[in-house]
Amino acid sequence: MKPATFAYARAQSVAEAVAALAAHGDEARLIAGGQSLVAMLNMRLSAPRLLIDINAISGLSEIAVEGDGLRIGALVRYTQALRAPLVARHAPLLTRAIPHIAHAAIRNRGTLGGSVAFADPAAEMPACILALGADIAISGPDGARVVAADDFFLGLYETALGPADMLTGLNLPLHGPDRRVGFAEFARRHGDYAMVGLAATATARGAGLGDVRLAYFSMGPCAVRARGAEQALEAGDLDAAVAALEADLDPTGDIHASRDTKMHLAGVLLRRVAGQLSEQPQ
Amino acid sequence: MSAELETVFDLTLTVNGVAHHESVEARRHLADFLREDLGLTGTHIGCEHGVCGACTVLMDGEIVRACLTLAVQCEGRHIETIEGLSDSGRIAGLQEAFRTRNALQCGYCTPGMLIAASALMDIEPAPDRAEIREHISGNYCRCTGYHAIVDAVEAALAARTEGAR
Amino acid sequence: MTRDVPSPLTALDRPNSYIGRAVPRPNLARLTEGRGEYVSDLVLPRMVHVVYVRSPHAHARIRAIDAAEAKRAKGVVAVVTGRELAEVCTPWVGVLTHMVGLKSAPQHAMAVDRACWQGEAVVAIVARTRALAEDAAELVEIDYEPLPAVTDMMTALDPQTPVIHPALGDNLAFERNFTGGDPAAAFAAADHVIEADFGFGRHTGVTLEPRAMVADFNAGTGRLTAYLGTQAPHMMQNILSIHLGMSEQQIRVVCKDVGGSFGIKVHVYADEMATAALSKLLKRPVKFVADRLESFLTDIHARDHRLKGRIAVKADGTITAFEIDDVTGIGPYSVYPRTSAVEANQVVNLTGGPYACPNYKARARVVFQNKTVTCQYRAVGHPIATAVTEGLVDLAARRIGMDPVEIRRKNLIRDDAYPCASATGLKFEALSHHAALDKLLAMMDYPKLRAEQAALRTKGIHRGIGFASFIEITNPGAAFYGVGGARISSQDGAVVRMDATGAVTVQTSATEQGQGTEAVIAQVVATALGVPLDIVRVISGDTDQTPYGGGTWASRAAGIGGEAAWQAGKALRANVVAVAGAILQADPDSLDVRGGAVVDAASGRERLSLAELGRIVYFRPDTLPPGFQAELMAVRHYVPRGYPFAFTNGIQASYLEVEDGFVKLLGHWVVEDCGTILNPQLVDEQVRGGVVQGLGGALFEQCVYDAEGQMQNASMADYLVPMACEMPDIQVGHIVSPTADSELGAKGAGEAGTAGAPAAVMNAINDALAPFGATLTEMPFTPDRILSALKQARQRGGADVAAPAGTPA
Repeated sequence: MKPATFAYARAQSVAEAVAALAAHGDEARLIAGGQSLVAMLNMRLSAPRLLIDINAISGLSEIAVEGDGLRIGALVRYTQALRAPLVARHAPLLTRAIPHIAHAAIRNRGTLGGSVAFADPAAEMPACILALGADIAISGPDGARVVAADDFFLGLYETALGPADMLTGLNLPLHGPDRRVGFAEFARRHGDYAMVGLAATATARGAGLGDVRLAYFSMGPCAVRARGAEQALEAGDLDAAVAALEADLDPTGDIHASRDTKMHLAGVLLRRVAGQLSEQPQ
Repeated sequence: MSAELETVFDLTLTVNGVAHHESVEARRHLADFLREDLGLTGTHIGCEHGVCGACTVLMDGEIVRACLTLAVQCEGRHIETIEGLSDSGRIAGLQEAFRTRNALQCGYCTPGMLIAASALMDIEPAPDRAEIREHISGNYCRCTGYHAIVDAVEAALAARTEGAR
Repeated sequence: MTRDVPSPLTALDRPNSYIGRAVPRPNLARLTEGRGEYVSDLVLPRMVHVVYVRSPHAHARIRAIDAAEAKRAKGVVAVVTGRELAEVCTPWVGVLTHMVGLKSAPQHAMAVDRACWQGEAVVAIVARTRALAEDAAELVEIDYEPLPAVTDMMTALDPQTPVIHPALGDNLAFERNFTGGDPAAAFAAADHVIEADFGFGRHTGVTLEPRAMVADFNAGTGRLTAYLGTQAPHMMQNILSIHLGMSEQQIRVVCKDVGGSFGIKVHVYADEMATAALSKLLKRPVKFVADRLESFLTDIHARDHRLKGRIAVKADGTITAFEIDDVTGIGPYSVYPRTSAVEANQVVNLTGGPYACPNYKARARVVFQNKTVTCQYRAVGHPIATAVTEGLVDLAARRIGMDPVEIRRKNLIRDDAYPCASATGLKFEALSHHAALDKLLAMMDYPKLRAEQAALRTKGIHRGIGFASFIEITNPGAAFYGVGGARISSQDGAVVRMDATGAVTVQTSATEQGQGTEAVIAQVVATALGVPLDIVRVISGDTDQTPYGGGTWASRAAGIGGEAAWQAGKALRANVVAVAGAILQADPDSLDVRGGAVVDAASGRERLSLAELGRIVYFRPDTLPPGFQAELMAVRHYVPRGYPFAFTNGIQASYLEVEDGFVKLLGHWVVEDCGTILNPQLVDEQVRGGVVQGLGGALFEQCVYDAEGQMQNASMADYLVPMACEMPDIQVGHIVSPTADSELGAKGAGEAGTAGAPAAVMNAINDALAPFGATLTEMPFTPDRILSALKQARQRGGADVAAPAGTPA
């Protein structure tokens, strides 16, 4: 189980990486943490001609508050984010979610940006980004742009990233005093990809909740919002929210969970996460 | 960045405190590099897709999966393997606890397990059994059933606390 | 428990005995420092690597192979097809004569004209590196004609199902029918008859070091050295000699460290035979290391049984009959040379085994299918027989409203009933079911757990307690394989030698798979001989150096290999004392060896150091009395003769919680009786490791195939093995009923954990779910299955409660 031969180039800047992608098209892949990609290379499930390593690009490993957002560079690793006081303060959803991602050795290398760009339907990070309503910063041949998370995840491993685009960072709205976050998942074993997972945010409105965003993962081809359930939760009706999942979600069964199991567990998660959203202290 | 597509690279890195200058194929993962190019066969290969943890090594002081890291990505890095950690005595207490408790049988997972467990000891002063179990849950052992490993890590932590007094 | 001891001096009352002590294993310093010597680490001069191009189809005719481009690829040394390799390596048929009716088809090292499972090797690529061989493998063009695949074992015998090997006539490899007592009458007279269907997933061993071999044929000596991770070096020596057309003496099998075995590495693998044949063909060392994806498709699988079970019970709880009908699918061939009929045969033998119940009917059918072959894996058949037996016993208890402990007390064979035999004629020398049960209940504090369970149930928390009594076959004599014509030794040997410094070297035919064989052999010899442990060195795993013997399988290394070492150690002590008597001009009977010196037996006073004795024997034999020849090397062999097998027994209990379809293991207890405990730490760790392997099968492990015979989860990410987070602490206790077949009295302990754990978990889950009227009998108990069972129970109207939170709508 050894990778097929590939060429390798170390990009020193985003512009270099984008130019190399543009020059080699489908035959090139970016590598950041590599925690999904190298496994696929080893199994020869992916055999690019060129691997463009973006790890040496400076300025992409930073976590900083910029204006009213928390900027997380494309090379920020899970462990770095988990240990960062800025993340704990301004993006507590990530602090809750990251311990569920694989295991310590993987989290030391894997990047938040890589996970978002790869858009594995069972991964935690895309759902968190979606629940937060974050913006994804992209550089491409035509320059830089920002895509809202709601417009980013398009399908199975399909995102708004074009063939020569590179994800350069994530812009998360700052956590505020009335903001609430929730996260829970079911996995067969600790650290496994989730059978069903849910990341959520909301704004406390008196005894109720507003601006509810429920992002499920492992419940479709990509992270997906449960908009009917969001409305029902905003209306204060948890049972209706659970019932709304039938229309919101359409998962496919797999070897670890049938469709029925996924739908049932999605409801269990909703009750659990709704509790987190309601009970969170100021 | 070179416009040419190169597949073989000169690599300079430090392994167990020794500087190495080697030529590697871009496709060679760190586990194969350590085992086959440097002869450090204490880093074991159990799955080559990042699941089993047998190839766990330290990169700049943090545990990583050597099978999910390309050697060429280790330019300028400091890698530590079970051989270096044994020779330096840095994990001697943990190794002794593993031996005393028979926390290994076939020994194949053991280098990775020791390095993963030592990483927990580096960051947590007094993890409980559940936290130990969670931390080593990325390292697969088919022989022991884990109970003895958790005991050994607990014993090493206790000995360290005792020694610090 | 005690017994009459045939020797006046027992292992336990030797001075400074190491028997029964947790002595350190000699290998651990090496292994904790990354200085192991696994086959996958081995590099030899001129060594090349082989990669096999494997069939992507479960069943396909090989129309044509175009390897021209692969042969021209960088680094390639040879490209060899199955047909070409058949010239070097003859085919085999995996049958045993005592398995009457067992049939199989000839199997080649690589597919010749037809591939019969997804993963069967079709073309071998030999290249300078593994990566280059994989590159070339992508260039091989194979024209396959897909054939219908037989995948469902339940329909494999239907007339409309294609026959995989037409020459065999049908897909039935083996069938066994057994009737003991009068089961028909017992079922007719029963107050209750309870039936259930049981299912067991297809498992595989997932040894952390994959199978690995370096085959080194030296044309100059005509010898083949096979460095192989194996449990049975001499068996492999014999097999390689037969199929490569060499004398056994020209084959050397070397096995140093092995990264996990569990039965996976005791079989003949086609790709390993091919690797040896390639070395002979190419006259240079060839290395094969299965990668993890190949391991899932080519390591033997196991279990994969479906059974119908019935139990007859009186209203007072007396069990009057068991009946099972078992079907198992074994892949396209019966595995060589141990065969793939053994597991089903064990299920027939062992079901109902702990209970005093004479009426028993069983049928087992073993069918061919186009999946990976199955064969013996840790606790062969035991987890199945135990789960069916204990599952039925619990269902019976529930039907009559009896506590699961009480029905066991009432029916387990009495501890004073031995020797006795089971319904199938298994001979039990001395078991301790009731003592084990009592000890287990005390260890787990059963009343307290029941009270906690009841209290939590009122809060909607559903916990369960499950028990599983079991028997285990250990220390097998020739009855397993030898009588069936397989050249697999049931005896083991030990050579104990003292050198000129008084240091001791032991060569043993038992092998070290990580369970601590070398430590046990050393402590047995040190005790028998009377020397400190640290001067005893053990050599194992080399057919050039060790006595001829069986190796490690069926929980035999300590019981059989250990006894041989004990006898050899005693014999050498007698020789040493004879020499000392000659030197000291004393009566040898007045001397003993203790603490590494010859002493006066009565006073314990040192008379002669072993170093001085060694000096005289080797360098100044001229000073010994005329005609006296010192012999500081002793050889002994041992095989149990009193009983075909040394049965052990035990009981396990699981305490767990079921929530949202997930099982959380809270506690696990085991009481085991493996006779004399040579090393308590090693025994306990065998039990714990075995339990977790059993828990894997109960909760996680299953090779999932689609209808075309494609394995759906052939990676470590998808075939789920137990990890630390989900596993419980495991408490282990012991009862000791030594076997009188040997002086040491040790029985095997390697498989007991695996035998009982799945049944205990199943019963605990069903105890937890009893309020819902849900019963699960198909492993693994996944969230899918648990939620589905709860849903069905609710749709049936449930047992006695409204749906609690967490039940699917």
